[in-house]
Amino acid sequence: MIITKPRDWARIERNLTEIGARRVFIMGCGQCATVAGTGGEPEVREAARRLEEGGWEVTGWAVGEVTCHSGGTRLESRKHDTEIAGSDAVLVLSCGAGVQTVADAIAKPVFPGLESAFLGNVVRHGVFEERCQMCGDCVLDRTAGICPVTTCPKGLLNGPCGGMWDGMCEVVADRECVHVRIARRLAEQGRGAAGRIEPKDFSAKLKPGSLNLRETRRRGTGDAR
Amino acid sequence: MSRLRDALERGDFVITGEVAPPLGTDLASMRTAVETVGPYCTALNVTDNQGATLHLSSLAASRELLDMGYEPIFQQTCRDRNRLALQSDLLAAWTLGLRNLLVVTGDDPRSGDHPQAKGVFDLDSTQLAGVAAGMNEGHDMLGRDLAGATDFYIGAALFPEAEPWDVQLARAERKVEAGVRFFQTQAIFDLDKLERAVAALEPSGAKVIAGVLVLRSPRVIDFINKRLAGLMVPDAVADRIRSATDPAEEAVRLATEQVRAVREIAHGVHVMPLGLDAEVPRILRDAGLADAE
Ligand code: SF4
Ligand code: SF4
Repeated sequence: MIITKPRDWARIERNLTEIGARRVFIMGCGQCATVAGTGGEPEVREAARRLEEGGWEVTGWAVGEVTCHSGGTRLESRKHDTEIAGSDAVLVLSCGAGVQTVADAIAKPVFPGLESAFLGNVVRHGVFEERCQMCGDCVLDRTAGICPVTTCPKGLLNGPCGGMWDGMCEVVADRECVHVRIARRLAEQGRGAAGRIEPKDFSAKLKPGSLNLRETRRRGTGDAR
Repeated sequence: MSRLRDALERGDFVITGEVAPPLGTDLASMRTAVETVGPYCTALNVTDNQGATLHLSSLAASRELLDMGYEPIFQQTCRDRNRLALQSDLLAAWTLGLRNLLVVTGDDPRSGDHPQAKGVFDLDSTQLAGVAAGMNEGHDMLGRDLAGATDFYIGAALFPEAEPWDVQLARAERKVEAGVRFFQTQAIFDLDKLERAVAALEPSGAKVIAGVLVLRSPRVIDFINKRLAGLMVPDAVADRIRSATDPAEEAVRLATEQVRAVREIAHGVHVMPLGLDAEVPRILRDAGLADAE
């Protein structure tokens, strides 16, 4: 899921002030931002309270099911069209993808209410870790299911670097060096030492990614960029 | 030609030193350091934004050493450049007359003076060694023929004291596979571990130049233990310097002992004076290495 964090509130207030907005509609997200505890109903209500405290009028709010889904967000906006029509701006408590979906669906100034952080594993309830950066050229087959691209702070494919000490990472000092973990797991599975991994194809991750399943189905290929 | 390569392949015990390019354009203090240490060394490493802090480029500074009559070891880190820039700098290095190359990963930008910088790490040091080896064979990373090849003597870093050793050794062997012919080690305190490393790499034919630090003050020790990644000064060594009435003098004595011991084990010694450049001649002389004066 996409992990979001609260955004500097003063910056949000500045955004609204700069365009002279007095009345604000708030949109949350029922998916990732709800699980991350940043854009669900409680957080949307809290944002409303803070805005009102700051002197803004909150015309209404909604927590769409999946805010990055264009169709769903258009529908959700339509349900609230009177409140939105009476607003000067919309504040969106979702990841950047959701904010853009709302900005496409609503012809009003739309502002991000959160910071998008990373694609996160839910390690425990409320504990998220970045394990994959969706590089498009996965090396997990060579690295015993541990991603060096993401979890080695330097993203080295061949490691460890010279900063490793006692099996621990130079950069994130309270964590084991990823390359030590990879070597151990490969050994435990009887897969020998990690071989030399060739330089990565970063073009597999060139921006912006897009995938059109309708077209690929028609053409019978699964290539995505 | 590389004097370093010739000496190591002849079986001579080599001495390497290290200079840091300035933050700025005034080369005077770097030249002084070079003149102090250079006459005793086979070659001098010229660091590349060491510690992820800004300095004049190793490329220009290495050329300066060459013009001064010394042999540089051009260092290249993977942190600051992508594969286009790395390859283009390798070609530049060769045309500038630089013959020795040391490839390193590089410290993370977060530990340096520009913590906001993007760490590039497009290639890692093993891969970069492979790229340089390819250029020696006359082709770029894509396998395209170069109009004029290189013939670098390729080195890399080795960490004999950082456990787990089996992981370190596997990494070193991959570096050799990629084209590395010599290693320069992180500072050595445990001679058994140095011996283990030299023996393990013996079959590969790669040469090992062992690092010796001049731990000139308790403050330097604290700095290393707290701030320098991949290195810890063992308690016994730290106590010896800390309890000395003249820590700098004790550090010189310790370094002299280490150089003498390293001589029996490795193929060379890499002296890191940490500011005590002026003591390097004495250390080498007392260790029985420098006949020049
Ligand atoms: S190698 Fe790439 S795709 Fe595979 S887990 Fe790592 S970042 Fe994700
Ligand atoms: S210590 Fe290991 S995980 Fe940490 S940056 Fe170096 S190679 Fe990556």
